[in-house]
Amino acid sequence: MSRAAAMTAAPDTPRNATGLKALLRHGAFVISDNPVTGLSFALFVALALIAIFGPWIAPHDAFASNTAAALQKPSLHHLFGTDQLGRDIFSRVLVATRLDMTIAIASVALVFALGGVAGIAAGYFGGWTDRVVGRVSDTIMAFPLFVLAMGIVAALGNTVTNIVIATAIINFPLYARLARAEANIRREAGFVQAARLTGNSDWRILLMQILPNILPLMMVQMSLTMGYAILNAAGLSFIGLGVRPPTPEWGIMVAEGASFIASGEWWIAVFPGLSLMLAVFCFNLLGDGLRDIVDPQRRT
Amino acid sequence: MSNQTTNPPLLDIDDVTIEFSTRRGIVRAVEKVSFSVAKGETLALVGESGSGKSVTSYAAMRILDRAGRIAEGSIVYSGMRLAELSEAEMRDLRGREMSMIFQNPRAALNPIRPIGVQIADVLVRHARATSRDAKEKAIAALEEVRIANAAERYNAYPFELSGGMCQRVVIALALACQPQLLIADEPTTGLDVTTQKAVMDLVVELTKQRDMSTILITHDLGLAAAYCDRVAVMEKGKLVETALAADIFAHPQHPYTRRLMRATPRLDSTLRALLPESDERAEVETHLAQPASDVILSIEGLTKEYPRIDRTNPLLKLVGKAAPAPEPFKAVGGIDFRIRRGESVGLVGESGCGKSTTSMMLMRLIDPTSGRIIFAGEDISATPARDFACHPKRGKLQMVFQDPTESLNPRYTAARAIADPILRLGAPMKSAALRARCEELARLVGLPLELLDRLPHQLSGGQKARIGIARAIALDPDLVVLDEPTAALDVSVQAVVLNLLHDLKQRSGMSYLFVSHDLNVVRLLCDRVIVMRAGQIVEQGPTEQVLSAPASDYTRALLEAIPHPPAQDHAA
Amino acid sequence: MLQTALKRIAASVPSLVGVVIVTFLLTRVLPGDTASYFAGPAATPEAIAEIRQKLGLDQSLPVQFWNYIGDLVHGNFGLSLTTGQPVVNEIAARLPASAELTLAGLILALVIALPLGIVAALRQGSWVDHVCRVVATAGVSLPVFFTGLLFVYAFYFLLGWAPAPLGRLDVFASAPPTVTGFYLIDSLIARDFATFRATLAQLALPAITLAVFSLAPIARITRASMLAVLGSEFIRTARAAGLEPSTIVIRYALRNALLPIVTTLGMVFSFLLGANVLVEKVFAWPGIGSYAVEALIASDYAPVQGFVLAMAILYVFLNLCIDLLYGVIDPRVRIEA
Repeated sequence: MSRAAAMTAAPDTPRNATGLKALLRHGAFVISDNPVTGLSFALFVALALIAIFGPWIAPHDAFASNTAAALQKPSLHHLFGTDQLGRDIFSRVLVATRLDMTIAIASVALVFALGGVAGIAAGYFGGWTDRVVGRVSDTIMAFPLFVLAMGIVAALGNTVTNIVIATAIINFPLYARLARAEANIRREAGFVQAARLTGNSDWRILLMQILPNILPLMMVQMSLTMGYAILNAAGLSFIGLGVRPPTPEWGIMVAEGASFIASGEWWIAVFPGLSLMLAVFCFNLLGDGLRDIVDPQRRT
Repeated sequence: MSNQTTNPPLLDIDDVTIEFSTRRGIVRAVEKVSFSVAKGETLALVGESGSGKSVTSYAAMRILDRAGRIAEGSIVYSGMRLAELSEAEMRDLRGREMSMIFQNPRAALNPIRPIGVQIADVLVRHARATSRDAKEKAIAALEEVRIANAAERYNAYPFELSGGMCQRVVIALALACQPQLLIADEPTTGLDVTTQKAVMDLVVELTKQRDMSTILITHDLGLAAAYCDRVAVMEKGKLVETALAADIFAHPQHPYTRRLMRATPRLDSTLRALLPESDERAEVETHLAQPASDVILSIEGLTKEYPRIDRTNPLLKLVGKAAPAPEPFKAVGGIDFRIRRGESVGLVGESGCGKSTTSMMLMRLIDPTSGRIIFAGEDISATPARDFACHPKRGKLQMVFQDPTESLNPRYTAARAIADPILRLGAPMKSAALRARCEELARLVGLPLELLDRLPHQLSGGQKARIGIARAIALDPDLVVLDEPTAALDVSVQAVVLNLLHDLKQRSGMSYLFVSHDLNVVRLLCDRVIVMRAGQIVEQGPTEQVLSAPASDYTRALLEAIPHPPAQDHAA
Repeated sequence: MLQTALKRIAASVPSLVGVVIVTFLLTRVLPGDTASYFAGPAATPEAIAEIRQKLGLDQSLPVQFWNYIGDLVHGNFGLSLTTGQPVVNEIAARLPASAELTLAGLILALVIALPLGIVAALRQGSWVDHVCRVVATAGVSLPVFFTGLLFVYAFYFLLGWAPAPLGRLDVFASAPPTVTGFYLIDSLIARDFATFRATLAQLALPAITLAVFSLAPIARITRASMLAVLGSEFIRTARAAGLEPSTIVIRYALRNALLPIVTTLGMVFSFLLGANVLVEKVFAWPGIGSYAVEALIASDYAPVQGFVLAMAILYVFLNLCIDLLYGVIDPRVRIEA
């Protein structure tokens, strides 16, 4: 700790309030201190609502084609215009939210469970567990990640489930390494040694002492990788993997609009692309904000 | 020494206030501080953590970080008002007129630049050398701080040198351009006591030889007394007292200075004398008049070896050219000692001597390579460390850790931390009874009850130390290992914690193994002392005997290296 | 130094082995039965069995793995179904196009991101710092294929500054004589400045697209590591010794800050090689990425696997270079080896 920090932190003036209340208050403080985090949280809530209620709020049928109304510019009737088959892009963008979010959440939840458990076990027990997890992570990291995802989906078959699996696999090293490093530094920490002295078994220490201290960091990681997972899934469907037309999905909609952009029909690709961007941006900002909340160094 | 009246001061700090802008608004780190340093004088700036002593010196060099600024007052160096100088002029002064050495010397050097080149950089910068003779002069500077084979070391990197050696390099760097003023910011904190003596002797010799002025920033009154002409005492950003070194120890004027003086252990201190005068606590009734004769812990031939890392190139290994596996490193090389019931034994040595490894082994946190640990008549080394959590003796063998912050789970409240051993190892208890027991323990260690529901980050260092102690004694252990329990604490807090430990032992009759590098503290608390070096026991015996008439040269060297504040004038 | 290099090379062997095993496994879990797939939909069971035998698919897994390695050693990545050409030849022919694009994107990103990150760290809280933070967050949020399309719309359709997004050269120009395979360099060697300009015009948009994408992580880590180094104790020592700001920033701070930046380059390469596939599709760039995408659409799997393996080997090699570079900068790695 620097001298100046030692000065300002005033270590001998204990503060009031504990636990959840303090955390909430700190969260409120962070949001008011950094309105961007508040904004991203609001955006996240909006995204979640659209994902749940999208099909019901969509003004048009997302699948109904109408060649007579093809390639119409954005108007009051078709907010985002229509595509080459005359489908309403606004409705398709709304409906697509659920699929994109589901892919991202499912893959992140999967990798959170697998990578988290493997990493914590590797960091705490060391030895062969560590070597196996390390070797698996290294092998995955030896590939350019998007390319590996392409190879996996190509091999396993062109389905949404396989996109989820591929996205989880390429994120595995990130989670495993983070959890491993955090578990490893805590393995010899004073409070873990103290827990051993007070008669806690290894598993108890792992669950009661180490896991709760790592979890917040993993949550931050989750939020940050959500954005990456969305990008990755959209990229795969952009090159024709996973989601197939006519299913509305942001990546594939951008791909459909790509051939029209050079001739000036920009709205087909731009609106799904913007939604994609907004969603990723939201998760990245949220991750940064969460890190501020979780980081005890910044907690006052 | 008393020439500061005739000479104009080299550095004059007048009414200086320093502010930092933080998230919680402006914080005044230093308030209206005034002192001066005469030419050739050595001034000690003494205070506990957070007293603003380092910040003041940074302001003198004008190297405060971005958030800090000098709000009021003036700093005059050799007739120049520093506030009026441009940044370029200031840069010319730094290193050439005034330099600084720091705590943690290894971090103070650029890790990826050869040390000699770093000195050459400074020499060339201040036109003390040209690029042609810079190397030669840098080697000469290294030789002056007694670095052997300076020419070879010129190309060494900081990570290849020991901590003491790095501090010599930092000194060489600071003195390379023959400055007039040296500011030494805790230059020996974290170094072993023998290294500390060597470094301080070197600094004093070089500065006296060049008639330089020195400001020594330290928390250690002993160091200040041993090496400085005058002492300035700071408390919470304010200067409370300045006086000649001899005077301030004999007749401290300010109440804070008096408290600080009392709290610093010295040759003739007693535990009670460390506490503030107002704290008139009675001697606790002794549980056992004399340490009983029965042995609670017996260590026989305890050894711990670590394999050395095999650095052979794996490609060479593939073709079968690997060198034979290197000899394992013996952290502890077959030691024997005993602790009797109710006895307090000090385990002393410098870093790397194996004292921590020993305590971890007998705590059954790591497995010894060989040897036996007989605790209360049972060979507990037979149970592997990983299964020892369930051993019936677990609760009787406890430990207080060095770093009070790190040894508490940041997500457990104080009460939960204290209750942990009872929940795991104690008899099943109703929650009300458990709470009552926690409160009883908190009272025992002097932790205010309203703090029991706080999380560690809401508590001070001393309060966290008390929680660690309460947790260790929750199950009425027979033996508690105290691993440098006060090393991370300020002296005034240390005084209170040492007294607390002493009282607890008197009350319950447990035994202590007190692991420490500080012989002064060991002297206060321990009946017997064991001195370790390089994994071996050098000497052991009754504390009085070992410390007043050491049998081994090593113990003598250790004792001589400790700087002592002069005995206090009891009339004061 | 040689010792270190050898050690690093040895350390990349397990990665290579892992890559080969994974790609082998991926060929084994191909959708459906590989033999019947190769035989076509109308094949008789006998014909399928024959093909199975011919491909060695009737043998045990270890034998197949052994054969697979044998094939790789001989540079045999299989045949493309659609073109009938050996995959390895096609990849080799298309690699320079991808390499030229990726390198151009990377160099552009470095040229912008490094100074941006450094200035942002030096002037913390200034407008440069804010620009850097926006770039760092926005850059990673942009889907690379989407930015590419936006650029096409803006610079080709609206402004007309850029040529049509149809490959490395427009249809009427002829490629320069091949020396390096990089059109920019080859056209300079041939002193054909018209081709050089045409190449540059075609390369600009896709390269900028890639650069925008990889800029963010580089700028972010540059800023963060410069800030960390500038706050470290040895910088305080250097300041206390009165060294010039230029010396402190470049010789002391930047060289130390380069260490995490170089490490991040590994991740940046991973991003770039993946983004390359998408950018090539958007700009109809005749590289190995669009080759793989075309094969994917045609359900032609040998080129896809060849592509994955080639990219992985390339990436292992790039990481090896990064490791060696790290060793050059950091004496601790060099000496402890």
